[in-house]
Amino acid sequence: MAYKLVSADGPQSVPALLHRNAKQFANAPAYREKEYGIWQSWTWSQTRDEVEALALGLLELGANEGDFIAIIGRNRPYLYWAMMAAEMVGAVPVPLYQDANAEEMAYVLEHCGARFAIVGDQEQVDKVLEVQDQLSQFERMIYLDPRGLRKYDHAALDQYSAVQDLGRKTRDKHIKELEARQAKLNYDSTGVMLYTSGTTGKPKGVVLSNRNIIETAKSSSEFDHLRQTDDILAYLPMAWVGDFIFSVGQALWTGFCTNCPESADTMHVDLREIGPTYYFAPPRVFETQLTSVMIRMEDASRFKKWLFDTFMGIARRVGPDILDGKPVGFMDRLKYGLGELMIYGPLKNTLGLSRVRVGYTAGEAIGPEIFDFYRSLGINLKQLYGQTEATVFITAQPDGEVRSDTVGVTCPGVELKIADNGEVFYRSPGVFVEYYKNPESTADTKDAEGWVATGDAGFIEESTGHLRIIDRAKDVGKMADGSLFAPKYVENKLKFFPNILEAVVFGNGRTECTAFINIDLTAVGNWAERNNIGYASYQELARHPQVMDQIQSHVEEVNASIAEDEMLSGCQVHRFVVLHKELDADDGELTRTRKVRRKVIGEKFEDIINALYDGSSSVSTVTEVTYEDGRKGSISATLEVRDAKVFADNRKKAAA
Amino acid sequence: MKDQADGYITADGRQIGPVVMEMKNITLRFGGVEAIKDISFDIREGEIRAIIGPNGAGKSSMLNVISGFYVPQEGEVWYKGARRAPMKPFQVAEQGIARTFQNIALFEGMSVLDNVMTGRLTHMETGLFWQSLWKGKAEREETANREVAEKIIDFLEIQAIRKTPVSRLSYGLKKRVELARALAAEPSILLLDEPMAGMNVEEKEDMSRFILDVNDEFGTTIALIEHDMGVVMDLSDRVVVMDYGKKIGDGTPHEVRNNQAVIDAYLGVAHDD
Repeated sequence: MAYKLVSADGPQSVPALLHRNAKQFANAPAYREKEYGIWQSWTWSQTRDEVEALALGLLELGANEGDFIAIIGRNRPYLYWAMMAAEMVGAVPVPLYQDANAEEMAYVLEHCGARFAIVGDQEQVDKVLEVQDQLSQFERMIYLDPRGLRKYDHAALDQYSAVQDLGRKTRDKHIKELEARQAKLNYDSTGVMLYTSGTTGKPKGVVLSNRNIIETAKSSSEFDHLRQTDDILAYLPMAWVGDFIFSVGQALWTGFCTNCPESADTMHVDLREIGPTYYFAPPRVFETQLTSVMIRMEDASRFKKWLFDTFMGIARRVGPDILDGKPVGFMDRLKYGLGELMIYGPLKNTLGLSRVRVGYTAGEAIGPEIFDFYRSLGINLKQLYGQTEATVFITAQPDGEVRSDTVGVTCPGVELKIADNGEVFYRSPGVFVEYYKNPESTADTKDAEGWVATGDAGFIEESTGHLRIIDRAKDVGKMADGSLFAPKYVENKLKFFPNILEAVVFGNGRTECTAFINIDLTAVGNWAERNNIGYASYQELARHPQVMDQIQSHVEEVNASIAEDEMLSGCQVHRFVVLHKELDADDGELTRTRKVRRKVIGEKFEDIINALYDGSSSVSTVTEVTYEDGRKGSISATLEVRDAKVFADNRKKAAA
Repeated sequence: MKDQADGYITADGRQIGPVVMEMKNITLRFGGVEAIKDISFDIREGEIRAIIGPNGAGKSSMLNVISGFYVPQEGEVWYKGARRAPMKPFQVAEQGIARTFQNIALFEGMSVLDNVMTGRLTHMETGLFWQSLWKGKAEREETANREVAEKIIDFLEIQAIRKTPVSRLSYGLKKRVELARALAAEPSILLLDEPMAGMNVEEKEDMSRFILDVNDEFGTTIALIEHDMGVVMDLSDRVVVMDYGKKIGDGTPHEVRNNQAVIDAYLGVAHDD
């Protein structure tokens, strides 16, 4: 595109960007959604009209400047528009996690004092109605999908399209007011408020200004040379800062098209149909995809399997170098080209990644095997490091400098410093304004000079300038002998095995490390099926002796690799159990973004941890579980405690 | 409540219309066996009408009489104000009656979408010739029908299996596809023969929600046979109870639950005849 980027004197708010796009890219697609089996699309000028109609409707319903408007539902263009419409009327959009239960929602809705909520469907309407009595300021709800809602009392309930119609009808009455309110928006006005998932304690409302959103969108778009013709697939929770920046911030800045899947179940088909050029997925998604490819290859005919293995071997050897533009021999290029024709191309097409020019993963460490697999296919997958408080971007990997164990160099405009205890601090134009109604936490996180504590421990590699993250700063502890304890570092190594879904390592202040392991039901179940091993439940499969043996060998492999690391060799896992239930967000053991809550787990499974340290060979336990509908039950089990071989420092010698 | 000829409004605010179908003294015999003995009841527009009873009570026979598949030896069926003559199956469909089956009867080799499209057959006017040429009206008609089919697919949340052959689906999903096909005919009366049989609790909950939503959203009159008493009592507006081919109860779920004859039939007391 010949389009020149405007700087700080350009559009200073999200609605201003929308108006700019409606002129500049009037007939280019802005949003697409698959509905009734067809991709429906809206151009930028149509988007502006839709947003404006909704904003006018909100004015008629009495939305005030400074109100908070909650947005709850799966990724749909209408809900992105709702966020923009909220900003147009001078209100603050607050997207919520759609799978949160009613109480979690009640907390957030009451904390921000939302007067309106714009929600997706009956499920969300029901949840809000359930807790409505606890909400002192809540007034009206607007819903998208009318199904099942016909009989509901519509005194404080409106259909989305009805509000838009209302807006179109009362346009003359409110348009002056709407324009006046938009004119007041500037770089310092609040653009969005996002609640962090809260690894510890209650969620905190992160206030992001238009400056945060637009400056970040601008610098990150330039960093990756995003184009107006790019396509992304919006399928990650709307309440997550990443989705907001990709699907609203960057989309508005560069004017690319945001595509919404038909439903959560059709994501993969939709991904393939759209073939995004700019794609983000958490490591888990890449992992699941790779697992399913590998499982299907196991069932393929011998010739096909040979073909796959041969060409994947070539790809592993030369693929990443070709992608990085390094010199590669002629014969290897020829072989890689042949592989592209026969294996890589069709495979990328099946995965829906054929057109990916910029791909990112973040949130958790990604296994080197998995990362290299995608890169060797010629997919430009990179890592970034960020958080809600930074409006996503802190560091990212530039093209050509991509490795699985770093998170890249600082993004444009970001400064980094490492504290004495290893904690990473940053300062940037994307640094959040404050935690809403929580000045104490704001002061704890952000100092007077604008430096923000990430809570992560890491270091900057001297040779390359890349940042490496080892663990959460508060989780990094000391073993009894004073050596470094970094549980997540070990857990990530364990989780790189397809058989292991989740791991929790203990050992802070103790003489040796131990671990809880969760098996991956898909991978282990498939293995069991192929080996004619019958099982009736997760629990039964988890304690099968052969499964235990496999897990033990994985643990020992990890121990061997940790032993080679000078700093962390004390973190080898001496004893472990395979848990009888999957750790679950509904039971409070994981956050909604599936991060481990150590404290909760430590208290809940105290008996098992004790067994790991007192030398017993098995432990009986009863655990409370919460079903999806909120009912509670309990499961009891006897778990086997196993010893794993540990290795002497630096040398691979058996010591135990 | 039942005496109001023009219908009434239910406690949860749904409009129930006048009688749309009436069974008058129906008796059905197979040789010497009397499957249905002198049964009369009516179905009102917009209601969910359940027929329940123990095994062998004659429920499915009754549904087949309603659908016109069986012609009773005695009695009359009145539909939309006129006495109904014996009919061929396609005439039944043309009259706006669609059904699902106790044992799933889908085209196993065809995709879900194609199966749903077969439900649109009675709404297609172009003949074989124009359909083969695939021009003009035939093409427009296909587009319009596809739209209806897609709306139903969306409604029943089966988008993810749109292109999947039916033979690869689970039992619960097949039942849902069958419901989709019946809905595609845009029926005025929908007959469901044991829609929840063989389902697990979660599938039953889903199906119940879909049945209520169909009735709510499209105003479709629904007559259903079901074994699961809990489901019937939650779903239906009125219930007919049959035992040994006879009607032993008729009324709201509450009335039926407190009816001594019904309790006896379900708990099993010695029968005199």
